[in-house]
Amino acid sequence: MDATTPAQAAAAGIDRSLVIRNLSKEYRVGAPVLKAISLTVEGRGVTAIIGPSGTGKSTLVRCINRLVDPTSGEILFLGQDLARLHGGALRKARRHIGMVFQEYNLVERLSVIENVLTGRLGYVPVWRAWLRKFPAADVDRAFRLLDAVGLSDQAAQRADRLSGGQRQRVGIARALMQQPDLLLADEPTSSLDPKTAVEIMELIARRAGEAGIPAIVNLHNVELAKRFATRVVGMAKGEIVFDGPPDRLEDEHLLAIYGGEGWLE
Amino acid sequence: MSDVSAPRTTRNPFPPNWAARLSLLALALYVVYACSTLDITWTRFVDGLGHGGRFLSRMFPPAVAPDKLQLLQHGMIESLQIAILASVFGIALSLPLGLAAARNLSPAPLAWLSRIVIALFRTFHPLIVAILFVKAIGFGALAGILALVVASMGFVSKLLADAVEEMSMRQLEAVRATGASFLSVVVMGVLPQVMPRFIGFCAYQLDSNLRNSALVGLVGGGGIGATLFTAFQRFDYDFVLTILLAIVAIVMLGEIVSGWMRRLFQ
Repeated sequence: MDATTPAQAAAAGIDRSLVIRNLSKEYRVGAPVLKAISLTVEGRGVTAIIGPSGTGKSTLVRCINRLVDPTSGEILFLGQDLARLHGGALRKARRHIGMVFQEYNLVERLSVIENVLTGRLGYVPVWRAWLRKFPAADVDRAFRLLDAVGLSDQAAQRADRLSGGQRQRVGIARALMQQPDLLLADEPTSSLDPKTAVEIMELIARRAGEAGIPAIVNLHNVELAKRFATRVVGMAKGEIVFDGPPDRLEDEHLLAIYGGEGWLE
Repeated sequence: MSDVSAPRTTRNPFPPNWAARLSLLALALYVVYACSTLDITWTRFVDGLGHGGRFLSRMFPPAVAPDKLQLLQHGMIESLQIAILASVFGIALSLPLGLAAARNLSPAPLAWLSRIVIALFRTFHPLIVAILFVKAIGFGALAGILALVVASMGFVSKLLADAVEEMSMRQLEAVRATGASFLSVVVMGVLPQVMPRFIGFCAYQLDSNLRNSALVGLVGGGGIGATLFTAFQRFDYDFVLTILLAIVAIVMLGEIVSGWMRRLFQ
């Protein structure tokens, strides 16, 4: 394996910071969703991105692991410009970036443990995945991660049997299974009830802290952002309009981010 | 309630549909014309009934002579082999062709090319394809197998491509985000979603190949169809009945096997 584990990375002092420069994305020509975004995320802590729907939060996060191709700009991570990668090089870069999705995006007909092991697909040859002959070390790790997210009893269940909160725990385990150097989460709590949402955010923040990796989380819920983030980035209309620690986020900033008035009363 | 009974409008609530009436009339005229040119008359039909009765009476009892049974066994085994080999190779080749034809997985030019190939495979009845192969590579089981492989690929890969196009792209996106190679995405993201339906198509295709394997023999593609054709030519109608009963038994067996396959893989 040519990849570096997080432990080795920490020992070698690998720089996990992410530098985004002048990132733009237009789905339709002349209608940019992201307008020359520049953002530097240091190699640890939870960065929450807040902002109204349709403001480009998801697009920004998806540009980082290239589920969406940016129109222009640079995304520097682990010494590479992610925006320029193709084919094999892009797949290698994706191994280092775990992602948690709003609708969990589990492969529903696979079992829970198979979904978690999907996180190793960047490393495991296809015949091993096909025959389910994952390396023993990976299987052990998958079970330990299921223990850590509290789902060890459900390992053999099919993913479509789980509740929303349980599914998102599997989604987090799958992302951590990659031993990522960066954790992305796109509205991970928006489909969950308030209590489960807090538990999921707590899990993301704690596991990212333990692994010593930065997490970038899109959030609708400002309270969750204030409670779990070490830094809050506010976006409006494809631009960054607030950037600072959560305790500096005042009502005036929220008005600048979400617009309108009166709703904060 | 005088305003209800009073005629307030002269509009007909059910206006005659002249286009439909004229089309029906044209169809009726054409049916009469076609019957007259093809010499389909009542006397011809009654004559035919008499012939049919004699034909049926000559079929009973079905032939069970040892030499006939041996011919039957030989033909049936060859037909079974044709059906199973054609299913295995046809389905195996349908997997890549179906995935290539799915517009959400493969690049547009490849998807269109594959769709055209599939459409070509589906254009002709297996019988016509079998005649082509018999003419091209000679009499025998190989021609029959190739004809049924083409039919299987046309059916299974088209339905597989449609199933792949309907699957959830979210699940795929997550597998792709792990850095998985294309084949890994197919194995862990695509196949789990389409497998139950794919098994259903395969079971149906096996069933249909069992039936068609008797057919391809009629045109020289080997198997029980060849035996059946010879029996017809020699007016061995009692042996014809034996063969037909054996085919019915095999098709019913195929029905059971394909149902069992579906349950096994659900």
